[in-house]
Amino acid sequence: MKILTHPTSSVDSTMMFIFVAAVLTMPIWLTPIGAAYPDLMQRFVIFGLFATGFNILFGLTGYLSFGHAAFLGIGSYTAVWSFKLLGMNPIPAAIFAVVVSGVFALIIGYVSLRRSGIYFSILTLAFAQMCYAIAYSDLIGKFLGINLTNGETGLRVLADDPRIMDGVLTSGIDTSALTVNLFGLDLTHTWVWNGFQFNAGFYFCAFVLIIASYIAMRIFRSPFGLMLKAVKTNQNRLNYTGVNTKPYTLAAFVISGMYAGLAGALLCITDPLAGAERMQWTASGEVVLMVILGGMGTLMGPMLGAGIIKFSEQKFSTWGKPELHEFLAFIPDGIRDTVVSVASLFVGSGWHLTLGLVFMLIVIFLPGGIVEGGRRILMIVTGSNRRNRQIQAAAQAAE
Amino acid sequence: MSLIKKNLDRRGVLKGSAAAGLAAPMFFNGSAFAEGENYLNAPKGKSVTFGFNVPQTGAYADEGADELRAYKLAVKHLNGEGDGGMMNTFKPSNLKGNGILGKKVEFVTGDTQTKSDAARSSAKKMIEADKAIMITGGSSSGVAIAVQSLCQEAGVIFMAGLTHSNDTTGKDKRANGFRHFFNGFQSGAALAPVLENAYGKDRKAYHLTADYTWGWTIEQSISEATQAKGWETVETVRTPLGAGDFSQYLTPVLNSGADVLVLNHYGKDMVNSLTQAVKFGMRDKQVNGKDFTIVVPLYSRLMAQGAGENVKGIFGSTNWHWSLTDDGSKAFVKSFGQEYGFPPSQAAHTCYVQTLLYANAAETAGTFNPCGIVEALEDFEFDGLGNGPTLYRGADHQCFKDVLVVKGNENPTSKFDILEVVEVTPAEQVIYDPEHEMFAGGELGECNAGAA
Repeated sequence: MKILTHPTSSVDSTMMFIFVAAVLTMPIWLTPIGAAYPDLMQRFVIFGLFATGFNILFGLTGYLSFGHAAFLGIGSYTAVWSFKLLGMNPIPAAIFAVVVSGVFALIIGYVSLRRSGIYFSILTLAFAQMCYAIAYSDLIGKFLGINLTNGETGLRVLADDPRIMDGVLTSGIDTSALTVNLFGLDLTHTWVWNGFQFNAGFYFCAFVLIIASYIAMRIFRSPFGLMLKAVKTNQNRLNYTGVNTKPYTLAAFVISGMYAGLAGALLCITDPLAGAERMQWTASGEVVLMVILGGMGTLMGPMLGAGIIKFSEQKFSTWGKPELHEFLAFIPDGIRDTVVSVASLFVGSGWHLTLGLVFMLIVIFLPGGIVEGGRRILMIVTGSNRRNRQIQAAAQAAE
Repeated sequence: MSLIKKNLDRRGVLKGSAAAGLAAPMFFNGSAFAEGENYLNAPKGKSVTFGFNVPQTGAYADEGADELRAYKLAVKHLNGEGDGGMMNTFKPSNLKGNGILGKKVEFVTGDTQTKSDAARSSAKKMIEADKAIMITGGSSSGVAIAVQSLCQEAGVIFMAGLTHSNDTTGKDKRANGFRHFFNGFQSGAALAPVLENAYGKDRKAYHLTADYTWGWTIEQSISEATQAKGWETVETVRTPLGAGDFSQYLTPVLNSGADVLVLNHYGKDMVNSLTQAVKFGMRDKQVNGKDFTIVVPLYSRLMAQGAGENVKGIFGSTNWHWSLTDDGSKAFVKSFGQEYGFPPSQAAHTCYVQTLLYANAAETAGTFNPCGIVEALEDFEFDGLGNGPTLYRGADHQCFKDVLVVKGNENPTSKFDILEVVEVTPAEQVIYDPEHEMFAGGELGECNAGAA
C-alpha cells in the first residue's frame, strides 16, 4: 500500500525548507505577475492557513464541512474584541481567537459529528448559517443590550475603547492610529526596497502560517493522522474492530476550527474590521474549492488552491471589456469584438463562471487537484514506467 | 512629541519606524510637507491615479453604475476632453483643463459589492497595487465609513460618494475623509416642515429601517424631527440590507395603528419595499380617519424609476435633481446627457462634484499631499456646482448647502421626469453644530500623508 508509506523525514525537511523560502520571498517572485502587493499576499497566506486547517478535517477524515466560515468569522470577531478591550497587540488577539473558535468548534462538532456524509455537511452548513444570521442581525448583542457584532456595518475598533494593555505594553508609543502593532511595530508598515514591498503584517501572517503548516505536517505524519486516514478509508471497519472513532474526528474538527479561527484573527490583524459576510455560506464553499483545486489530503495542495483562487479573484473580478481588448489584441479586429463580448461574461462580476468551469475541469480530469497534475508531469519527465503510474493513480483515487 | 523622538533612535529604526501610523502624519506635517514629494503614492510620472470604488453588484448596483459614469465624465473634463461640464461654472476654481498640476488623470475601478470587507480589500488593492492617490465612491454608508477609516490609516484622501449616514461626518469622521452629500439629520430638518404642512401634526409613524449605520441614523433623524412637529413614532423595525422580500415586515404595519409608513430604505431595497407596500393596498387605506401615507426620506431618481407608478405623491428629500435650472446643473445635465443619453442621478452628481473639488484642492495646494488637500478643502466656499453657495466645513468635513424636498410626480412628462421639487430648504435651516448630539463623539484627528 503506497498510501501508507511515509515520506522520509529528509523529504519533509526539504519540502518545508522550500516552502519557508517560497513564502518569505513572495514579495519578490510575485512581482512579475503583479501580485506582490501587501493586501493580496496577506490573503494568500491567510487563506492558505484557512485551507490547510480545513484539509486536516476534509483531507484526512473525509468529513466535508460546509460551515467552516463560521469559525473564520468567530475568530475575526474575537480578535476585534481583543483589540477593543485589551489593546492593538496581535498576540492576545490570535490566542483568544484560537481558543474561542475552538470552543465553538467543539460544540458544533460534537453535534454535527453524530452523523456522517451528507447529513454532516448539512448540519455544519445549518450551524454556519445560524452563526451568520446571528452576527448579521446582532441577535445576541440585542439580547444582551450591547453592540456585539455591530451588524451589517461591521465591528471596528473605536478611539474610545478601553484597550487596557496599550499603555502598559507599548509605553511611549502612541496607538491612537488604531492600527495593529506588535509591541510598537506597526503591522501596516511597508518597507520598500528596489520597488519590492515588504510588509510587516504580511511577515507576521507568514510567520504564523509557517508554524501552522509545520504543525499540520506533524499531524499528517503522526499516529493520530494515520488514524484519521483510517477513518476516511473505512470508518465502519474501524468501528467493528472496537475503535471509537468519534474522539479522533472531533479532535480533527476542533483543530481545523482553530485553524479557521486563527485565519479569521489574521484577517483582522491585517485590517481591524470584522464583517458578518465572511461567515456566509459562500465563504465556506470557497475553502472547499481551494482544497479540492489544490489537492485534498496533500500538504501543499490547499495552499496552492488558496493562492490560485485569491489571485484569479483579484485579477478576473477587476477585468472588463477594455482589459480584454488589450489582452486579446492579437486577434483580428472583426472577430475580436465577438470574442471579447463572449469572454467578458467570464470576467468582472461573472468571474465565478470561470471559477466554476476550472473547478469542473479539475474534478473531472484531475481529481487529485493541482498536486496530482504536478506529480503526473513529474512522472512523465522522469520517465517512470506506466505500471508505477497506475499504482499511484489508484492510490490517489482511494484517498 | 516624545514618541516621535523615541522612534528615531536606533532601536526604533531597527524595529522599522515603529508606529508609522500615527508618527508618520505628524512627522510629515512640517518638514517633508514643503518638499512636496514625501507622501504615500506621490505621482512620479506624467499621470496621477484615482481609485473609483463603487458597488457594481448588490442592492446599490444601479447607483454604483451611475457613479462610475460620472467619475469617467469628470476625468474626461479634467483632462480637457469634452465640453468641460461644471468646470465652466465652478468658482472659485483653479482648474485648467490639462489634468491636475499638469499630470494626466487616470483611474482604476473596483467593486465594493456593498460589503465593508470587499470594499476595504478593493480599496487596499487600489492603494497598494495601483498607487491610487485618492479613493472615492461608496453607495452605502457602512462601506463609506469602513473605507474612510482605511484611507485615514493608509494616508490617502477619501472623497465620499453617496453616503447619507450622520456618522460619516459625525462619530466616524476622519481628517482624510470629505463628504459633499447631505445627511440624515439634514433630510429630517428639511422634510419635517413639509410633512407637517401636508399631513398635519397628529400623525403616527411606523419606521421600516435598513439595519446598518445609515438606516439607524436616518431613522433617528426623521423620528426626532417629526416628533418635534407633534408626530408620534409607533414602532421602528429593522430589516436586513438587500432583503428582497419585505412582505413579512409590511404585514404588521396596518395593525399597528400607524397612519404613516416611513421607509428608511435605499436602492433596490426601497424599490422592493415601496412596491410591495403599494401592492398591499396601503395607500388606499384609511387609518385613524386619515389617508394612510408613505414617506421615503432619501429619494433618488434611479430608485423612483425602479418603483415606477408607485412613487406618485410620495415625499422625500434629495441632494440634487437634474431638473434644477442653475447654470451648473444645466451644464452638468447637458454634458452627461450627451455622453450617455439620459440625465444623471444625485449619486452621479455628488461623485462628479467630489472629483472636481479634489482636483481643485490639489491645484490650489500645488501638491497631491493629503495634508495639503485637507488644508485647501477645509472651510472652502464655492458655487456653481449645482447646489448654490456651498461651504466645506472644516470642523467635520461636511458640505452645507440647500436641501431639496421632492415628491413623486403625479403627471410625469417623460420617463425621467419622475420627481418634482416641492421645496428648496436653504442651507441655514439644515446647518447644525458639529457637537450636536447626533454627531458628537467623533474625532477628525490629524491628516495622514502615509509613509513615502
